Amino acid sequence: MLHERIPNLKALVEPDRVHRLCYTDPDIFELELANIFEKCWIYAGHESQVKKPGDFWTFQIGRQPMAMIRGHGGKLHVLYNRCPHRGTQIFGARYGNAGDALTCSYHSWRYHYDGTIESVPLARGYEGTTFASYDCNMQRAPRVESYRGFVFASLAESGLSLVEWLGPAKVAFDDICDRSPEGEVEVVMNCYRVIQRSNWKFFMENQLDAVHPSVTHESTGRAAADVEFQIQRRTGEKPLHYHMLSAFVIPFEKWDSLETFGYPYGHTILGGYMGLRPQDPDTLEYERILAKAYGEQRKDEYLSRNIHHTLVYPCLSVQSPLQQLRAIRPIAPDRTLSEIWHFRLKGVPEPIYRRSLWYYNLVNSPATLVNADDLENWQKGQWGLASRGGDWVSFHRDYGRDRIEGGVMKSSSGCSEMPMRAQFRAWLEYMTGGS
Amino acid sequence: MAAKKAKRAAAKKPAAPAVRKPNGAGQDLQREVEQLLFRQAEALDEKRWQEFIELFTADGMYWMPPAPHYTTWDGMPAIFAEDRDLMTVRMKRVTHPHAWSQAPEWGTNHVVSNVVVESVDPRSGDVHVRSRFHMVELRRDELRHFAGSYRHHLKRTKDGFRIKLQRVDMMNSQAPYEYVLQAWV
Repeated sequence: MLHERIPNLKALVEPDRVHRLCYTDPDIFELELANIFEKCWIYAGHESQVKKPGDFWTFQIGRQPMAMIRGHGGKLHVLYNRCPHRGTQIFGARYGNAGDALTCSYHSWRYHYDGTIESVPLARGYEGTTFASYDCNMQRAPRVESYRGFVFASLAESGLSLVEWLGPAKVAFDDICDRSPEGEVEVVMNCYRVIQRSNWKFFMENQLDAVHPSVTHESTGRAAADVEFQIQRRTGEKPLHYHMLSAFVIPFEKWDSLETFGYPYGHTILGGYMGLRPQDPDTLEYERILAKAYGEQRKDEYLSRNIHHTLVYPCLSVQSPLQQLRAIRPIAPDRTLSEIWHFRLKGVPEPIYRRSLWYYNLVNSPATLVNADDLENWQKGQWGLASRGGDWVSFHRDYGRDRIEGGVMKSSSGCSEMPMRAQFRAWLEYMTGGS
Repeated sequence: MAAKKAKRAAAKKPAAPAVRKPNGAGQDLQREVEQLLFRQAEALDEKRWQEFIELFTADGMYWMPPAPHYTTWDGMPAIFAEDRDLMTVRMKRVTHPHAWSQAPEWGTNHVVSNVVVESVDPRSGDVHVRSRFHMVELRRDELRHFAGSYRHHLKRTKDGFRIKLQRVDMMNSQAPYEYVLQAWV
């Protein structure tokens, strides 16, 4: 029915331009939730968020309020946050421990951690009713899988396994975990949450947009470069976290030299540019630890993966070299929640953790020196697209020069708009039921 | 028995602050501390950023933890954890002609109140102060309200009090931020 209200979607998405309605139309947005978010693998959280039986963390898949909970025996469950009795949400807090059972605050129906019913009070009122055939168990996400500790849930009964679906984009999680000599990370127990007043796709497109940093972030890049210079004059050293900010204003030629990749299902990768492999004593010590764990060859392989962002379409941006991850939860066509997490590499010296912590605080906190200008751009973008001042969004840059091999799109230049084209290729397939 | 009980009760009472001066002297200190807090709030509201930065000691820190239970910024997630160098980055950013997020009308209005001098170190003269703030921010055509508490650790210098550490706890520290914070609160 929703389909019938929506004009021909294929006419809205051309290979090199996209109609503005894709970002503004409420019916298209509802269809995105149903056909993309409520069908794909969606990030639930990291296993270390819920360590003990009964630990839970709530999150959203499309329109569905969900909770990830650790069961007895260690198994993870993802439940719909809804009491089968009268619909009340079972998990009242955003996260915590459920106590000895999941208990509804309304009439005290109780459930095991896996959502199966434990008890219903006043059982005597049900004789002679059809209650015996009523499903009293909390509904579960049909599929839950985790890859290297990162948990995803899918509301689709069947489909590709998580690893098949991730394809080459699983390198995001390999690149995070392999940087630890133990091959594992642990979540830093803090989630920054920021509301973007723009369509969720603005965020996804921006993450691999190599033209915008030196324009959008010029003020911060220049300011950081100034102070970086002053500090160097004063102390003879340049702290790496200033470089994380001043690197935003590297020249276009350098951005253009980066590689971008577009994979099936909309996943995309932007190559690294910050050169985060300095030769200071802390790094050298860290490299020795990694070499001891993996051998020289694998250590070099792990540390030379040159990735800035991996996008796991439709909801994740992973910055593996800095152990950071942003998950987005669409709320409305012009409203998106972002959840921003940081991970600690297990078995790694403290200075290496602190280095990436700078990025978490300076770039990704709610007082970000960087994203303030991104969010402003996207908000203005959303308003512009709501107007009748033009119907199309241009993704023409380097169109026709993408190399496509085995379903993988490779850009001819870092500034190519290939990643946006790759995302919309997947978008159209999902929206029209093509995959 | 009763005496023992009274003794126990006395032992349970929190230790008195290091110095609690009689009212006369206390009022001077109270006034001096309040004037500093009010001046700091004015520097923000009037966008006198350099003056704001200079209210901190050379090693001073501005810190906003992401949740009330944090006890240090060192090695922890922090919404703000800025020394004077990072404050200077922020100042240069918001005053740069291409700070796009500053193009819409933007400004704040602080009220600082409930100022309590918590302790005075008799030797160094360092003062710990807690207070509450209410801040209204205008951005474009919208107002946002923020409230929370400050804790100032003040050092006595030849130019009067300077801030060694300012801790800012937002009421909404754990709630989603609608947009972000562009300047110190």
